Amino acid sequence: MAQAQASKFKNPLVNWIDSRLPIFTMLDHEYNHYPMPRNVNYLWAFGAIAGIMLVVMIATGLFLAMQYSSHTSLAFDSVERIMRDVNYGWLLRYVHANGASMFFIAVYIHMFRGLYYGSYKAPREILWILGVIIFLVMMGTAFMGYVLPWGQMSFWGATVITNLFSAFPIVGDPIVTLLWGGFSVDNPTLNRFFALHFLLPFVLLGLVILHTAALHVCGSNNPLGIEPKGPQDTVPFNPYVTLKDGFAVVVFFIVFAAFVFFMPNYMGHPDNYIPANPLVTPAHIVPEWYFLPFYAILRAIPDKLGGVIAMFGSIALLLVLPWLDTSKVRSCKFRPIYRQFFWILAIDGLVLGYAGAMPAEGSWLLIARIGTFYYFFHFLVLLPVLGKLERPLPLPNSISEAVLKGGAHAKPMEKA
Amino acid sequence: MRALKTAILSAALALGLAGAAQASEAVHLDKQNWPHSGVFGTIDKAAAQRGFQVYKEVCSACHSMRLVPIRTLAGIGFKDDELKALAAGYEVQAGPNDAGEMFMRPGLPADRFPSPFPNDNAARAANNGALPPDLSLIAKARVGGEDYIYSFLTGFEDPAPAGVNLMPGMNYNKVFPGHQVGMPNILQPDGVTYADGTKATVEQEAKDVSTFLTFVAEPHLDERKQMGVKVILFLLVLAGLMYASKRKLWSTLH
Repeated sequence: MAQAQASKFKNPLVNWIDSRLPIFTMLDHEYNHYPMPRNVNYLWAFGAIAGIMLVVMIATGLFLAMQYSSHTSLAFDSVERIMRDVNYGWLLRYVHANGASMFFIAVYIHMFRGLYYGSYKAPREILWILGVIIFLVMMGTAFMGYVLPWGQMSFWGATVITNLFSAFPIVGDPIVTLLWGGFSVDNPTLNRFFALHFLLPFVLLGLVILHTAALHVCGSNNPLGIEPKGPQDTVPFNPYVTLKDGFAVVVFFIVFAAFVFFMPNYMGHPDNYIPANPLVTPAHIVPEWYFLPFYAILRAIPDKLGGVIAMFGSIALLLVLPWLDTSKVRSCKFRPIYRQFFWILAIDGLVLGYAGAMPAEGSWLLIARIGTFYYFFHFLVLLPVLGKLERPLPLPNSISEAVLKGGAHAKPMEKA
Repeated sequence: MRALKTAILSAALALGLAGAAQASEAVHLDKQNWPHSGVFGTIDKAAAQRGFQVYKEVCSACHSMRLVPIRTLAGIGFKDDELKALAAGYEVQAGPNDAGEMFMRPGLPADRFPSPFPNDNAARAANNGALPPDLSLIAKARVGGEDYIYSFLTGFEDPAPAGVNLMPGMNYNKVFPGHQVGMPNILQPDGVTYADGTKATVEQEAKDVSTFLTFVAEPHLDERKQMGVKVILFLLVLAGLMYASKRKLWSTLH
């Protein structure tokens, strides 16, 4: 009855294992033969890049954790010890600190690619929702990581962000006390943030595995947003996409290396090289650049609770995006009106980010409010309405037809 | 390739935001041409050694440099015996000994630079309430870095510009936030006598000490950039090979 499964592998050891635990069959199926639409462009590489960045972060973070002390009286100095005395400690830390920014760059491009080509639409809703959850966990992880060096921005950033939860009635204050492990940001806060900062990347890893599993059920979307109709529309993942993604990863690493080696502190804040001091508040408390658009939304609303709800809401509404967009056509290539609003949304994100870095007063506050309004208007009003009103361009019959004959409909997206 | 361009453009725009965060606090700095700036720039060791002399003879009377071991100066050309002699010139607290008492001993290269005051309160008490900041990381802890330090050290004005109401014991400085600073205009022409015969103007002293403070904030700066050049050259070659193989492979598809 208990018969070993038949396996196709020639190597006897691989064969022996695979017939008991078909992990090699699974990998062969998912990463060798996995059919990728042949027309995917380089924007599709950012998923792989983000995955590799997660591995880079876990690897460097592990070795940093071996040298770091999560006590308020030691944390700042232990980071400096890593920078000065640990062999290649400066390299590990700069790769880790800039890696966080590069990880967010990759993920933001990956998300906007999904928005442009409608990758969140049926049957990829769960794939998209898992992605939004990954984004949320990433934000939490990055925030707690920024607290660890225990510099001025670490301390005051932690104070501002944890205090957000106090806006909620009744449950707010107990939540803040729980986050702090006391009645102010102090040693217990740093300790639990370190523990969580070590744990959450592995949660992320699990979520990424689920995200990939969901992807491999329905397959990758592509710039035309139509499903492959057969083998003529696809290429096997290996070697075609491994090589293409590999090239993109190397180019991405060149940019990454330029930051690490030549301007490692460009994306950080000078105040974080001043040890945390609860008695001195920095002139401007600004979060890391990747939080700035959300920080702008938070400050755009005149009411504290309203601001917190708007900020969390701006991410939460991405969870229901597949149902907000009523258009059946995935790719913006065939949605002439929505395509223009997509670019307005992209610019809106950048404007919000810029406004988030500026003091919340005068014209910057007004700009942040307009930007916030557009953000919600785009998702809550434009997307549902446009799907009904817009007349999409005719879709090509198949990917291979559009690719090989240069079909009239496959216009480059920059024509927008 | 167009998609790639879009991706690079979006990344560049996103990075611009980080610059925006800093631009909001910018003051007009007297920007210098530093030998250590740029991709191939390295620390000017002679300038850093002169800067150390300024630190030792002037700054260290009030400012600590508590994170920096004396041996770090090997990075700007101090030899082993020079480091030992230099370290021996400092008194360091050690102990407890067999009798349970703390005692003073001559410093070793592995010791960190001793601080001028036992704690922050003592430092404030001796300085009219102002706390002289630690200099270990000052070049990385101020917007503008070494340009800020240079502009600050050369930016004192006495008497203060008309209309400025200085508080007692404060000094006017062009670049300090709020312009009123507890620190006096400390660099004087020929305030130090350089061993290498360089004329010690205020600008020269400020430039040298800024170079030195850049070095102590980032002792691996030279090593980092040299490694960076190698890493990027390697990645460029690898990218070329990857692209060529990818082109060749995909050209077989029809």
